[in-house]
Amino acid sequence: MKTNLPSPLEIHDLTVAYQQKPVLYGVDLEVEEGSLVGIIGPNGAGKSTLIKTVMGMIKPEDGYIKIFGKEKQKAITRVGYVPQRESIDWDFPVTAMDVVLMGRFGHTRWFRRVGKRDRMFASECLEQMNMLPFANRQIGNLSGGQQQRVFLARALAQQSDLYLMDEPFEGVDAVTEKAIIELLKKLRDQRKTLMIVHHDLSTAQEYFDQLMLLNLRMIAYGNTKDVFTNELLQRTYGGKLTVLSEVGTRKVTEHVSSQANT
Amino acid sequence: MFFIFFNRFRLLSVISVGGPVNFLSAAQVAGNPENGWINQAIRFWTFEDSSILIIVLGVLLIGLNCGLMGGYIVTRRLSMFGDTLSHAVLPGIAVGFFISQSRNELALMLGAMLSGFFGVAIISTLKKFTKMKADSAMALILSAFYALGISLIAHLQQTTGSGAANLENYLFGSLVGLSQSDLPPIIFCLICIVLTFVIMNKELLICGFDPSFARSIGLPVDLIHYFLWVLLAFCIVSSLQTIGVILVSALLIIPASTAWLLTHRMSHLLILSAFFGGTCGLLGCFLSFLNNRLAAGPIIVLCSTAIFFIVLFFSPLRGMVPSWIRRRKQGKKIRWENTLKACYQVLEDSRFNDQSFSQSLLARRRRKSDGEIEKEVDTLIRQGYATRSRKVSLQSKELLSESVLSLTPKGWEVACRIVRNHRLWELYLTKKASYAPDHVHDDAEKIEHIIGEQTVRRLERILSNPKLDPHGKPIPSQDDIDRGWISSAKVAPQG
Repeated sequence: MKTNLPSPLEIHDLTVAYQQKPVLYGVDLEVEEGSLVGIIGPNGAGKSTLIKTVMGMIKPEDGYIKIFGKEKQKAITRVGYVPQRESIDWDFPVTAMDVVLMGRFGHTRWFRRVGKRDRMFASECLEQMNMLPFANRQIGNLSGGQQQRVFLARALAQQSDLYLMDEPFEGVDAVTEKAIIELLKKLRDQRKTLMIVHHDLSTAQEYFDQLMLLNLRMIAYGNTKDVFTNELLQRTYGGKLTVLSEVGTRKVTEHVSSQANT
Repeated sequence: MFFIFFNRFRLLSVISVGGPVNFLSAAQVAGNPENGWINQAIRFWTFEDSSILIIVLGVLLIGLNCGLMGGYIVTRRLSMFGDTLSHAVLPGIAVGFFISQSRNELALMLGAMLSGFFGVAIISTLKKFTKMKADSAMALILSAFYALGISLIAHLQQTTGSGAANLENYLFGSLVGLSQSDLPPIIFCLICIVLTFVIMNKELLICGFDPSFARSIGLPVDLIHYFLWVLLAFCIVSSLQTIGVILVSALLIIPASTAWLLTHRMSHLLILSAFFGGTCGLLGCFLSFLNNRLAAGPIIVLCSTAIFFIVLFFSPLRGMVPSWIRRRKQGKKIRWENTLKACYQVLEDSRFNDQSFSQSLLARRRRKSDGEIEKEVDTLIRQGYATRSRKVSLQSKELLSESVLSLTPKGWEVACRIVRNHRLWELYLTKKASYAPDHVHDDAEKIEHIIGEQTVRRLERILSNPKLDPHGKPIPSQDDIDRGWISSAKVAPQG
């Protein structure tokens, strides 16, 4: 069932390497609008790398990514991102409100200040996550679940059509986890597209409509009930593709050195 | 031969101790020591000499520069980096001097910048190609470049003589060297910093807090980072001559750290940090003017350290002294409340037949000596919680005098409340948190003082206004508090 509208996310033959070791190898993917996709796979399978590459933080060795049919730079305001918790400095002097306002920065031009309407909107987003009473708290003084709610409020403030989230359920309590998944489903019902890195297999089936099984290669992508099978999970979690990994290293290394020679 | 040896010796002493040139002792700045210090202070604050004005202005601006820049350095955890950069510029100053053969401002500055960036480049190369951690790499560059700088300056002073005499100002800093021609770079630096921070406020904020998110919305994070480095290098180089290589990083780090103790918002932090930087500059400059044997750089740094510790100890929110006072106050309050609770229990033991009770009964209840209880009761009386009278009675042919206490309405209210808190909490723990009744007392002893009226209301609602605690004793109600007494009929007979 193909429509004429460009897909929110199209990944074509993507190869990514970290320090000359391939982390993703020839990944192809096309996501339909309004999908709630869980990206699952073992540690080091390249889940975060995939998201970071889509967000333009890592340059791929090969292949391309299109967002709503465009280069990422041209569709930047249509993509929202929730980074992994470790990447954040919790002592930094910002309040919850400051963090949510950062979601508006993508819509505010360089050298401009965020306006009153942005502030109003940020308050609404905080309210939606039940975090408005904590708006003036320093971010490090909040609990893990509250911090995650603030980051989701920031994602809401971005008003994007495609969201990429790196383990949003990491280190949150059960109540927050429920609140997050409800928000995700609500966003999906508003025809937003969501790609969520997830590591908990026991909840994956219940949370997501589609799953992407990833381990260096994309093992499978499809509706949860078709993909969440013993055989496919076995292939995803059972051992690495050693030969591919080794040969890939060689290929990437040569690729780099040939670039250096020219 | 002897001359060379002598010359070396002179140099060593200049470099290690700081010769008289470093001090604010040049005739045009320092006051006549015979004048009293008040005169000196007046001379300083009225800017009697234009040279004083220039120095004050220079130091103030440097303080502002370093304070503002420091706000970014410290929150991004680049303190060590700032320190390294400030030391790495030293060889460049020597080389700049050597090439221009004079103290040409531009040449020195250019040399310093280049040398600084060379140092930074080596650090990132080391990090990339070895297993060296960032702190080791920085320490290596810091000491190597500093050593190289000192050697070069020493060599220059030997070969070129008097022309290079002022170069060691770059090590320890000197206010005397601050002349009108030094001001433009400092002012220019301040304008650059302020403009950058005002215009790129949100970009800098987000790059510091969450670089990966900043990248995701398309900000050139690395470019902004490098730009900050340039600004930092500029700030350091323009302050070097006055503050000195060794201490300039202190002026970057200390005012900003002080500000961080006081606020959790970036904009406030920057303003406070600039304020502290400027204040330290002024204060240090003033002190070193009063006593011209004190070198300005160290004094400025000592001032900022002093302010840091003052804020650490006395800041109203998180300062150590205010929180100590709060704890003490809380401790006192707990002591009264415990005494009042014991008063209530003594009254309860008499089934509220009598409105007054003897002090010795209270002492027995509190398991305290008569002297101790005397003091506790004195405090209660002073707070208006109780009154004391003397009762003389004839017992077995002896005249006995004892102190008899009664609670004032205010004291009665507090006593009732604390007993109510205690018993309500015990009941809550046994009924709702399935504690054993003999396990709840100790916890309630602590909770009764901190629970607060709102929680009490909620507990009453949850437990549907209970009358008796788990041990069968009545819980004083709001009614009892208002009436000021509990009728003895209400007290259940105790077995």
